[in-house]
Amino acid sequence: MTTALNGEQLAEKIIKASPDAVVAVDKGAVVVKSESLYQVAEFLKNTPELDFDYLVNLTVVDYMDYFEVVYHLVSLKHNHSLVLKTRCRDREKPVVPSVVGLWRSADFQEREVYDLMGIVFDGHPNLKRLLLWEGFVGHPLRRDYL
Amino acid sequence: MAIEKYPMEPLNEVDVAEGLRIDSLMAASRQSIPDPDSWLDEEISRNVLVTTVDYVLDWARSRSIFPLMFGLACCAFEMIGTAASRFDISRFGMDIFRWSPRQADLMIVAGTLTWKMAPAVKLVYEQMPEPKWVIAMGQCSISGGPFKESYSVVPGVNRIIPVDVYVPGCPPRPESLLYGITKIHQKIVKESIKKA
Repeated sequence: MTTALNGEQLAEKIIKASPDAVVAVDKGAVVVKSESLYQVAEFLKNTPELDFDYLVNLTVVDYMDYFEVVYHLVSLKHNHSLVLKTRCRDREKPVVPSVVGLWRSADFQEREVYDLMGIVFDGHPNLKRLLLWEGFVGHPLRRDYL
Repeated sequence: MAIEKYPMEPLNEVDVAEGLRIDSLMAASRQSIPDPDSWLDEEISRNVLVTTVDYVLDWARSRSIFPLMFGLACCAFEMIGTAASRFDISRFGMDIFRWSPRQADLMIVAGTLTWKMAPAVKLVYEQMPEPKWVIAMGQCSISGGPFKESYSVVPGVNRIIPVDVYVPGCPPRPESLLYGITKIHQKIVKESIKKA
């Protein structure tokens, strides 16, 4: 069974590596600033004792006040997992750095999130609609869609 | 003693003609009706059946429908179940689900059709040779079903291709699909080569 790492303990390690990256933290998840997301992700992937080499899932939640992008990370070597989150408040053009450079599995996941929620992933090599067709107006999974 | 002849009117031409005509009709009615197959020899006459082109063509078409193997969503599983041994679609001469639309003449649209998939379904329909028939199977393909108001689902496949028979259900039982197929048979039997 994969052990879910304690977010509070892990946040301390993240703060040591990149101070003022962490916004909020609880047992289950670590919320970081979107500007320092790539830096934190790189730290989580490349630190040997963490070694998060596998991005299981990338999704986004619309809370009306802000979007919360959720990254489910797993280390296949150490068999532990972590939920990493980031927030962006701009509804017109929410921008989050892309993590395709770290995990190739983020490619389609980020395209799906862009397609249905309209989050722009900065640095994505091929950011276009995945499930809907070219020319579709709007992002239908947003709560203010319709 | 000579019998005195009963005095008779002289023969009328019209009466004579009528009498001759009645005589000929009586004579004709006593003759046996000639066998139209008398020119055939015995071996052939036992094996030839006279019928109409329409009847034979419709009979052949309705009893050897080749459905297209093509499923979009959960209704496809009921379609597969219909083809399997328990419900046995082979009873209706539909042994083989064809992979190629060029060999098929019945399209069973089984499942939810999204706008993203619509061009592919339209293309497959257009690739099928005439004559061809379409069954809309399940609520989603009839009207969009629970996704009717959705941004991504076609509200009824009849928006993009013509449909012959609608089989309601969510998903329909195999019996329903078989009933729809017999309805297609009834429709085919009514068709005429003259209209085609």
